[in-house]
Amino acid sequence: MSLDKPYLDVPGTIIFDAEQSRKGYWLNQFCMSLMKAENRERFKADERAYLDEWAMTEEQKQAVLARDLNWCMRTGGNIYFLAKIGATDGKSFQQMAGSMTGMTEEEYRNMMVSGGRSPEGNRFLGEDGDAQPHHQPQGKAGRKTTGSN
Amino acid sequence: MAKITASVYTSHVPAIGAAIDLGKTQEPYWQPLFAGYDFSKEWERAQKPDVVFLVFNDHATAFSLDMIPTFAIGTAAEYQPADEGWGPRPVPAVHGHPELAAHIAQSVIQDDFDLTIVNKMDVDHGLTVPLSLMFGQPPQSDFRWPCKVIPFAVNVVQYPVPSGNRCFQLGKAIRRAIESFDEDLNVQIWGTGGMSHQLQGPRAGLINKDWDNRFLDRLIAEPAELAKVPHIEYVREAGSEGIELVMWLIARGAMADVAGGPAPKVVYRFFHVPASNTAVGHLILENQPV
Repeated sequence: MSLDKPYLDVPGTIIFDAEQSRKGYWLNQFCMSLMKAENRERFKADERAYLDEWAMTEEQKQAVLARDLNWCMRTGGNIYFLAKIGATDGKSFQQMAGSMTGMTEEEYRNMMVSGGRSPEGNRFLGEDGDAQPHHQPQGKAGRKTTGSN
Repeated sequence: MAKITASVYTSHVPAIGAAIDLGKTQEPYWQPLFAGYDFSKEWERAQKPDVVFLVFNDHATAFSLDMIPTFAIGTAAEYQPADEGWGPRPVPAVHGHPELAAHIAQSVIQDDFDLTIVNKMDVDHGLTVPLSLMFGQPPQSDFRWPCKVIPFAVNVVQYPVPSGNRCFQLGKAIRRAIESFDEDLNVQIWGTGGMSHQLQGPRAGLINKDWDNRFLDRLIAEPAELAKVPHIEYVREAGSEGIELVMWLIARGAMADVAGGPAPKVVYRFFHVPASNTAVGHLILENQPV
């Protein structure tokens, strides 16, 4: 019998459950290693070589090199672990969270100062809120590139 | 006998800690938030708790994927502020209460809650930001927190996290444990984390003021009913990281009214949006004499 996962129909959201955790084990443990200053230095000196020390999939390594946090999440990353990459890059939590929406830093900050993203239309897949797949990317940052998700 | 005199509820956003540490509390963005805690600091100076039982969650700091305890009680004498990648916060070490913590562990486990016991743990912003908000920054001339702290870590990072009801029942067991400790101690229990926020995916930045305020209303008036709310409602309504709010139910379950005593007095309530990505909620409830 399959497990009950009622959270799979929440738009723009990946719940870090036991299955995602299994997929992302080495990716997240790589992230943890960045809590040590010497590892941050080694990673910054040669990112690819440092990633190759870990039993991550090639896709996970590509996602990290691209700093595409949505892609990292799909391959099993968890935001609190991925935040260690952001800390290594000198990024705040707000910059990291914003990067997953396709908004510029300013657009995302303005949304938060105006009271944040509304839950209206964003509770279930198939509604019409701004977090729905057919409204991605949401801002100017995403439109500059091919976007992700 | 040890007594739980009050419960405190507050968000523990890391950016709040950074704002304190970098001297930004009077900037227009942060001023309204910190003003919301002026009363609380004054109140704590009058209350003078001996021990705070502090329910929080670790954010991939002390616990990686090596070990993921659902409920972990700190029984150590001392805990160091963790380096979360930006350097440790410049706050004092946290002093524990090993005797009371060991007593609680023994009592609660015999009450059917299988706690993990932790004697070595660095504490991250989940624990130190609430201390900063409630006690302010200790002066260099007397660089210590004004009371002892028992850290109680809850897994809210990897699903499934404990249910609201499990947390509420655990709070009851913690109350029984604390109030059976022989030493006269003024104990507060704090529930931290939340309120609505989502830090991931295209839905990042979700805030739900209405749901948050209803949560505060119900936490005060009908906590046993609130404890029945399933995980999926937190995720849908308060964002994937809003699930941290289950931790508030542990503190609420430890209040006297839940065990048949008088209703607590609502001493203070505060709500503010935003702190970085998050809605900030804060509540103080005092137990009343029988």
